[in-house]
Amino acid sequence: MSEPTIFELSSPGRTGVTFPQADVPSTPLPDTLIRENLPLPELSEVDVVRHFTRLSRMNYCIDYGIYPLGSCTMKYNPRINEATARFPGFAYTHPLQPEETIQGNLYLMYHLQEWLKEIAGFSAVSLQPAAGAHGELTGILMIRAYHQHRGDTKRTRVLIPDSAHGTNPATSAMSGFEVVPVPTDKNGNVDLEILRSLLDDTIAGIMLTNPNTLGLFEQNILEVTKLVHQVGGLVYGDGANLNALLGIARPGDLGIDVMHFNLHKTFSTPHGGGGPGAGPVGASERLKDFLPGPIVEIVEEGNEDYPPLYGFREPKYSIGRVKSFYGHFGIMIRAYTYIAMHGPEGLRKVAENAVINANYLQARLRGTYKIPYDRICMHEFVVEGKWADAPEIIALDISKRLMDYDFHPPTNYFPLIVHDALMIEPTETESKQTLDAFADALIKIAEEAHTQPELLKSAPHNTPVRRVDEVKAAKDLVLCCWLPEEQQ
Amino acid sequence: MFVPNADPDREAMLKTIGVERIEDLFTDVPEGYRFPKLNLPEALSEMEAYAHLSELAQANSSVRDLTCFLGAGAYHHYIPAVVDAIIQRGEFLTAYTPYQPEVSQGTLQAIFEYQSLMALLTGMEVCNASHYDGATAAAEAVIMAYHHFRGKRTKVLVSHALHPQYRATIRTYMQGYTQLTITGDECTDCDPLAGPEVLLRAIDTNTALVIVQYPDFLGRIYDYTELANTAHQAGALFAIAVNPIALGLLKPPGEFGADIVIGEGQPLGIPLSFGGPYLGIFATRKEFVRKIAGRLVGETVDQDGKRAYVLTLTAREQHIRREKATSNICSNQGLMALASTVYLSLLGKQGLRQVAELCYQKAHYAADLISQIPGYTVCSNAPFFHEFVVCCPKPVSEINQALLEYGILGGFDLSTDYPGLKNAMLIAVTEMNTREEIETLRDVLEDISHE
Repeated sequence: MSEPTIFELSSPGRTGVTFPQADVPSTPLPDTLIRENLPLPELSEVDVVRHFTRLSRMNYCIDYGIYPLGSCTMKYNPRINEATARFPGFAYTHPLQPEETIQGNLYLMYHLQEWLKEIAGFSAVSLQPAAGAHGELTGILMIRAYHQHRGDTKRTRVLIPDSAHGTNPATSAMSGFEVVPVPTDKNGNVDLEILRSLLDDTIAGIMLTNPNTLGLFEQNILEVTKLVHQVGGLVYGDGANLNALLGIARPGDLGIDVMHFNLHKTFSTPHGGGGPGAGPVGASERLKDFLPGPIVEIVEEGNEDYPPLYGFREPKYSIGRVKSFYGHFGIMIRAYTYIAMHGPEGLRKVAENAVINANYLQARLRGTYKIPYDRICMHEFVVEGKWADAPEIIALDISKRLMDYDFHPPTNYFPLIVHDALMIEPTETESKQTLDAFADALIKIAEEAHTQPELLKSAPHNTPVRRVDEVKAAKDLVLCCWLPEEQQ
Repeated sequence: MFVPNADPDREAMLKTIGVERIEDLFTDVPEGYRFPKLNLPEALSEMEAYAHLSELAQANSSVRDLTCFLGAGAYHHYIPAVVDAIIQRGEFLTAYTPYQPEVSQGTLQAIFEYQSLMALLTGMEVCNASHYDGATAAAEAVIMAYHHFRGKRTKVLVSHALHPQYRATIRTYMQGYTQLTITGDECTDCDPLAGPEVLLRAIDTNTALVIVQYPDFLGRIYDYTELANTAHQAGALFAIAVNPIALGLLKPPGEFGADIVIGEGQPLGIPLSFGGPYLGIFATRKEFVRKIAGRLVGETVDQDGKRAYVLTLTAREQHIRREKATSNICSNQGLMALASTVYLSLLGKQGLRQVAELCYQKAHYAADLISQIPGYTVCSNAPFFHEFVVCCPKPVSEINQALLEYGILGGFDLSTDYPGLKNAMLIAVTEMNTREEIETLRDVLEDISHE
């Protein structure tokens, strides 16, 4: 049975919540601007609760099982984070309150800035960006502003490895740069030879993901950052894969000038079916004055009797604000809670276990699946989802079949440089037992691909809906539903 | 803590991997940069973390401790208990972007319902699955309009009564579009309380987009039909930034001929949370659907013919189109969109109208009382929804300081963004404010003016 829409469930006269009657004298409404018709559905509270509860049961989620989407870092979300983010003292503060009434918030933001600086090796952090892609936009605009500020106006091009996330080229284009792809060499690193040939004084910078989207640590990282710096370019670091580096290496130390953090990935804040995330940006000494503001600082040192006083400040050459207010404060609380509960050893343990888990899974699949860049990987790895002797099977079929075994599939078709890629990121929060069960399922599916390919082609069989007609969705575009006519 | 594997598990795994020690997994990291010592505080237990965070939260005075008359883009509304109960369900909370529709129908249908509710509320035909907030949605509207004219129209007109932070965000976003001019809000020598008619003269055939707000940043409500018509006659697009609660009472922007409706969805069941996470609304007409940024959910069928939902028109998006995409948005505000969907479903036709009317009635009562205090005037005579400008006898910072001593969070000091509005305060009143609170505000304002 499919679940009716809230419009189909509507029944005239019902309401899910009551409000007090007005306790003030009445003022006439502005008659020319009054809305005639508000065709919203009418439901009782129990109707609403049951509808969304039934919908929720059609979702796969981290609380249910492994969600090994490469590059998304779907780790377990500790419930303590949800508890702290909901403390009324946080959740009910207005963003425009006077600073003296929100010292708790400012303390938290200040220390989160400090911790992120320390974890990744930067001079300053702005917490404002709302998501990873938003952090990228921020960082590239900062690089742009830096060159402009120095009167260096001929830098119009940004280098992007062909293994990069789609957000990287889109971000560069949005910021007015020409995108120059850099190929990957046979070991899965940036091709240094070609990189050298592309470098000149029109290069504003490079956008680098490390570990890259093949799950590999960029073996030539020091050389890459040095070469780009030598021609006056800057290095943007895509922080999406920071989970593998906590306590292992600091991007800032490796020559990265500016980088975003995905708080929702690395620091365990839930992804919420697509967001919200948070994408704070860290910057090296020469870029820190270009960060978006406001940033929290100590405005008055404390002493034995008084704690320090925190306040907001705009960086000197700030690119300006990238959204309203200060960023996703609710997400910052979750990340702060998580870091506070780990400390330096705990964070290193997170990265180590993420890397052990990925390598273990890679080892278990080796031989059954082709691994195009077969090295020790970091927190994720890529296998090919096809076999020469089972030509009709593609990665998507394997993914759909995995659902029948009660697992969420890995990322499909990314990175684009691997044909039929399955990009697998188990994260540190999966146990050996879960990894074994997942590997067993993938090995079983490989066997089915050869013996019963139709099982894969027609999968999934045990899900709330079967394989979905995506072509029809795009062709007969239906993006909204309404109340039945008699209720409107 | 959140790592299940213990030492024996790890040893077995390292053996399968074929390395001796954990450190052997990191030899690609340049030596000398490996295993930095992080200067961070030692780990807290859950109990200690709870206590520490609780202490920080208590160091704030929230709008539960204070009586709130502060709005200016973030509003204190009642959130029914069901909203948080639903969004805390792990199945919604801990799921990801629904790339695999067969195991994500819950998220997909919820977003589809969100798109539907927002389209109805705004009077538009399509709505995307959300932006980060109202400010970034406004910036994306500018980008869409710019590309709609293929860069040939290079002027964007923004009303000076569009939220100052939205205008700032637009300007940051558009720094790479060097030929584009963003103008219309440089109100240096003009009347800061002027209405939208000041934009009429500035519209020309080089104008790509005109953006206004409804109710505007100063709380006022205008009929934008004439402005929309003038924009359209010049061939420009017309965008309106909305407060969605006001649309429970007011004519929807679709009826003014808006091409794009953007807005801040925070008032719809999302806590103030010190400014975020919020919800960026972006709705438009069907003809622009292929130019819209971000995610869209479409209805379709599965292979058995059963109704199903799926992300659609993905070829617009960055992960497919890369540098040719018009926006880089990827993570959006899925959970916040769900919160607003649950909120609107609960309130429905009657509830939303009731909340909007309560805001309207209480704000007008407050304005009446305040305008009777000697020295204070409600200094705009345009109709307003639930926020209004009060001209005060002394600087707003001083008044707010004094109000705070009475446990009142005063209105927004407009002089920070409008130098021409010295001593002017923007006061917001919602259904959360009781008559008693409003009367106390009047009494205290009166007392302060005597001090």
